[in-house]
Amino acid sequence: MYVAVKGGEKAIEASHSLLDSARRGDPSVPELSTRQISEQLSLAVDRVMAEGSLYDRELAALAIKQAQGDLIEAVFLLRAYRTTLPRLGNSEPIDTGRMAIQRRISATFKDIPGGQILGPTYDYTHRLLDFRLAGEGGSGGEGSAPEEGRGPPPDEAVPRIVDLLGREGLIEEEAASETAEAPPADITREPLRFPADRDARLQALARGDEGFLLALGYSSQRGFSNNHPFAGEIRYGAVAVEIMPEELGFAVEIGEIEVTEVQMVNQFKGSSAAPPQFTRGYGLVFGHQERKAMSMALVDRALRCRELDEAAVAPAQDEEFVLYHSDNVEASGFVQHLKLPHYVDFQSELELLRKLRAEFEAPSAEAAE
Amino acid sequence: MVEDGYNFAYLDEQTKRMIRRAILKAVAIPGYQVPFGSREMPLPFGWGTGGIQVTASIIGPDDTLKVIDQGADDTVNAVSIRKFFARTAGVETTERTEAATIVQTRHRIPETPLGAGQILVYQVPIPEPLRWLEPRETETRKMHALQEYGPMHVRLYEDIAHFGHIATSYDYPVRVNGRYLMRPSPIPKFDNPKMDRSPALQLFGAGREKRIYAIPPHTEVRSLDFDDHPFEVQKWADVCAFCGSGDSFLDEIVTDDRGGRMFVCSDTDYCSRRREAGCTGPAMQAAGPGEA
Repeated sequence: MYVAVKGGEKAIEASHSLLDSARRGDPSVPELSTRQISEQLSLAVDRVMAEGSLYDRELAALAIKQAQGDLIEAVFLLRAYRTTLPRLGNSEPIDTGRMAIQRRISATFKDIPGGQILGPTYDYTHRLLDFRLAGEGGSGGEGSAPEEGRGPPPDEAVPRIVDLLGREGLIEEEAASETAEAPPADITREPLRFPADRDARLQALARGDEGFLLALGYSSQRGFSNNHPFAGEIRYGAVAVEIMPEELGFAVEIGEIEVTEVQMVNQFKGSSAAPPQFTRGYGLVFGHQERKAMSMALVDRALRCRELDEAAVAPAQDEEFVLYHSDNVEASGFVQHLKLPHYVDFQSELELLRKLRAEFEAPSAEAAE
Repeated sequence: MVEDGYNFAYLDEQTKRMIRRAILKAVAIPGYQVPFGSREMPLPFGWGTGGIQVTASIIGPDDTLKVIDQGADDTVNAVSIRKFFARTAGVETTERTEAATIVQTRHRIPETPLGAGQILVYQVPIPEPLRWLEPRETETRKMHALQEYGPMHVRLYEDIAHFGHIATSYDYPVRVNGRYLMRPSPIPKFDNPKMDRSPALQLFGAGREKRIYAIPPHTEVRSLDFDDHPFEVQKWADVCAFCGSGDSFLDEIVTDDRGGRMFVCSDTDYCSRRREAGCTGPAMQAAGPGEA
């Protein structure tokens, strides 16, 4: 006898308690603390903060723990929390020229004012599994970090490389948009509209899924819109966040955040209105995420095709395609909603298909008679 | 018991006001998709966030809420959404269609006709009726502005040319108040006639796509068709195995691996009320008295 699908509520509760025990794993293994996550899985924390659009290491670490290390699920947890927070005001634009630099490289010039600073990077590691890390206490990080390799003294100016090119007029001016006085777009408050302004686009890209942007950026290097990019500068470090309380009339520093900034320099043959010059693609991401920031800069440049009067022929240049599909919380929800029951639509399709099949088979049955 | 630390019905009042403005605009322009600043909800996009935001913006402490998914009150997602509002708004919930002031639904319209004063909130995955014909929002908005709905008629005509009839069985396009082409959400076309001149207010929320649209009470809603191929709804050769209903939407239940199947009402409230009133279907009669 058919038993109706009852007891959904009990099933959900049981599923949640199974989830709790799956998350905890073997109880004889010590439980992870969120502090351990934020210290030792710091790049995962950076990614969750960036795509979750909320700079809070502790909450991001908590989200990673709660999501069993599923970073997109953690991003979702952080976003759902973020949306409940009140907006107290907009900060002043951060000044990455005054960054406390931990890493800063340029692929366009051999030596640069302020110097090439390698900082912490996986770039030149040999990807050999380090079995010392598998044992206790073999991390090799207990000693203090070497003094050389640290950033320059904080009072030394570290000009942005693209600004040096700018002095010669070889790179486009980064004109402040006409709406610079107006508050920047916020796609978490107002829906994205097309054509999208660059502020809305950069926000969408900064929140966008790293994997999606990586693939699109990669496609633009392989001929699906080629902009001949050079990594003008990649810098990572801490910048001050300031707000300007109206009653004070001067800016007050409220904290520091770590960001990765990428300035891509791209060839541009010029158009009827503009001389041949270098153009820019821009990437800025919370934390230390060079892969994401570089991908963002490539995609930003590809999406500037309309503004630069280039033919939009490739997926990475298609604004609606890129910006409507870069959000992994939206994408993950809609892909996975296919797990929800679709009995009614499926029944409708079944009924239709049976009808179509009957009609398809009927003429041949007649012919056979 | 209402959850501590959150506002009534989860959303803050500013957000509710923004959504209510979108709803008012939607009601003023029947069938027009109003963009709104959809928020991230604690439930995933694609699982009813648009409907939840609409419900959260209109619900008050005196409301009685019913939530259905595929017509049923007890499918897991309906349970989850009902629980969400019971937790965050502390409102009364019900399974009885006529006792509800707000019915949030996914993929069905209840069989019991809705009355004046009731609000039906639809969860919408893709709000744009022209989306499968034109993937670009910039283009489809223009098509709506110009009432350029020819491509949809061509698509339906192509079905007739191929199959002799229109081969769309759910999410069947409608024209609202003689103006906007509208997607009724993935309800079976069986439910389309219930939208026409309904005394209830019908609100549609698409969270991920950030659109709200509406059908005000007593508004004309026409399913697209042709003079020589009038709109038709599905019919079943069977009746509901439990309540014997011959005029409700039936789900097919596979009962064994030898092709055995039975049909039961998709609207669980409608079906159980009929059974309470003494109606029985073939499965009940076969099982004999006292074994139900």
